[in-house]
Amino acid sequence: MALVFDIGIVSLLIAIGAWMIMARDTLVAVIIFVVYGLLMSIAWVRLSAVDVALTEAAIGSGITGMLLLSAAARLRQTEGAGARPSFPVCVAAGSLCALISAGLAGVVLLPADVAPTLAPLAVANLADTGLENPVAGVLFAYRALDTLLEKVVLLLALLGVWSLGSDRAWGGAPALGAYVPPNDILVFFAQVLPPIGIVFAAYMTWTGASHPGGAFQGGTVLAVMWLLVMMAGVARAPPISSTKVRWLLVAGPALFLAVGFLGFVIAAGFLAYPVDYAKALIVLIEIALALSIGVTLALLAAGPPERTLQP
Amino acid sequence: MSGLLHAFTILAVSAGVVFFIAGTVGLVRFPDVPTRLHALTKADNVGLGLVVLGLLPYTGGLLGALKLVSVWLLTLLSGAIVTQLIARAVR
Amino acid sequence: MSSFLLVSAVLVLASIAIGLVRILYSRQAADCMMAAQLVGTGGIAVLLLVAVATETAPTGDVALMLALLAAFASVAFVGGMRGTGSKATEGADK
Repeated sequence: MALVFDIGIVSLLIAIGAWMIMARDTLVAVIIFVVYGLLMSIAWVRLSAVDVALTEAAIGSGITGMLLLSAAARLRQTEGAGARPSFPVCVAAGSLCALISAGLAGVVLLPADVAPTLAPLAVANLADTGLENPVAGVLFAYRALDTLLEKVVLLLALLGVWSLGSDRAWGGAPALGAYVPPNDILVFFAQVLPPIGIVFAAYMTWTGASHPGGAFQGGTVLAVMWLLVMMAGVARAPPISSTKVRWLLVAGPALFLAVGFLGFVIAAGFLAYPVDYAKALIVLIEIALALSIGVTLALLAAGPPERTLQP
Repeated sequence: MSGLLHAFTILAVSAGVVFFIAGTVGLVRFPDVPTRLHALTKADNVGLGLVVLGLLPYTGGLLGALKLVSVWLLTLLSGAIVTQLIARAVR
Repeated sequence: MSSFLLVSAVLVLASIAIGLVRILYSRQAADCMMAAQLVGTGGIAVLLLVAVATETAPTGDVALMLALLAAFASVAFVGGMRGTGSKATEGADK
């Protein structure tokens, strides 16, 4: 019976994926993409990847949905009116896409060698980190350098978004308040939901050490709550020149890096933790990272600065 | 006792599924947006409530049960608000 | 018990699928905005049913995450439809 369910959800996912590609309206395609993400998180739970399910639910329906919606809104002015591309262009685009898909399918379906799994090793050495969630162990102990660089990449992405703003608006605030017309129901929602969301984000960050969850999921929930508050106009988006915002953005990666260098003094080397304090240090890093990720993702989705500062 | 609990779960979850199906029938058949919104949020929220109720004996503790109930309460809240937002956007 | 719960999950999943086809093929924008609400509520029910039936790890956290984020997605859709002059908003202006 479980097989029937699995077949059902997989065929639904494939159908929705095909539908998303064929949708004519950009906004409808974005909505289908968000729906796809919500269903995908159920599939991840079926695969026992609860950490991934949490991330997919948070990022897929919160941040990427919002990013794609604002991208669609910006593209709207440039599309629609233009003439249809000529037949050779359509054929060329179609065959290139088919080629890439075939290549990807080939890579996935015909693996040269199945890579040896490191899972037993990861679980066997988990006790040294003081953590109970193997995913957190991989993220913050075994592959800490990757995690650190991912956070730096997020900051670079934010710089990229900011640089799309016009010269006059540099240092100003993203114009998110104008996104939705003033609306008392939305204001009520933006006052009721964030307290619940903040408690849940703190719980996610804290529980990540021993159960599925962690700084990234917690930070994403924080980001979504802040976006809701800014969209409803309950609080204005901060100017990007604000020193406080910039400190919050770098706090997490900076603390991570500092603890990494401290590893030379108190442990075996860069990004190594002393065995007795490993869990305490990792939880400290996770808390700072959750804050930074929250601010970074919210500002990424809020878009480039548009309003200039009042002098 | 366990037999009674099983019967309770089967009853509640079946009723929940019926509400989900009724919601979809309403979504397909109703003529305009406000009535369709009605079908979607009202029926699905009751459906989820009944499913949660039926699964409560399996949560393995008070904390798990509280989590399930708060999931339902959260859905009720967001359902009510999203309905109003969409209905206003149409008007 | 477990197969009863799985049958229920399949039925809810099927009703989500039919509902999705109905609202996403609609000409009116407001119908498309309901998608996150439909998949959020129904998806949580499916998730909880399957998790209990197959005795996977506790999924209360994933359900909470879906409940919080599906609500935000709906708000973003309403904003996105309003913020642009799409085919979708033509329907909304009726």
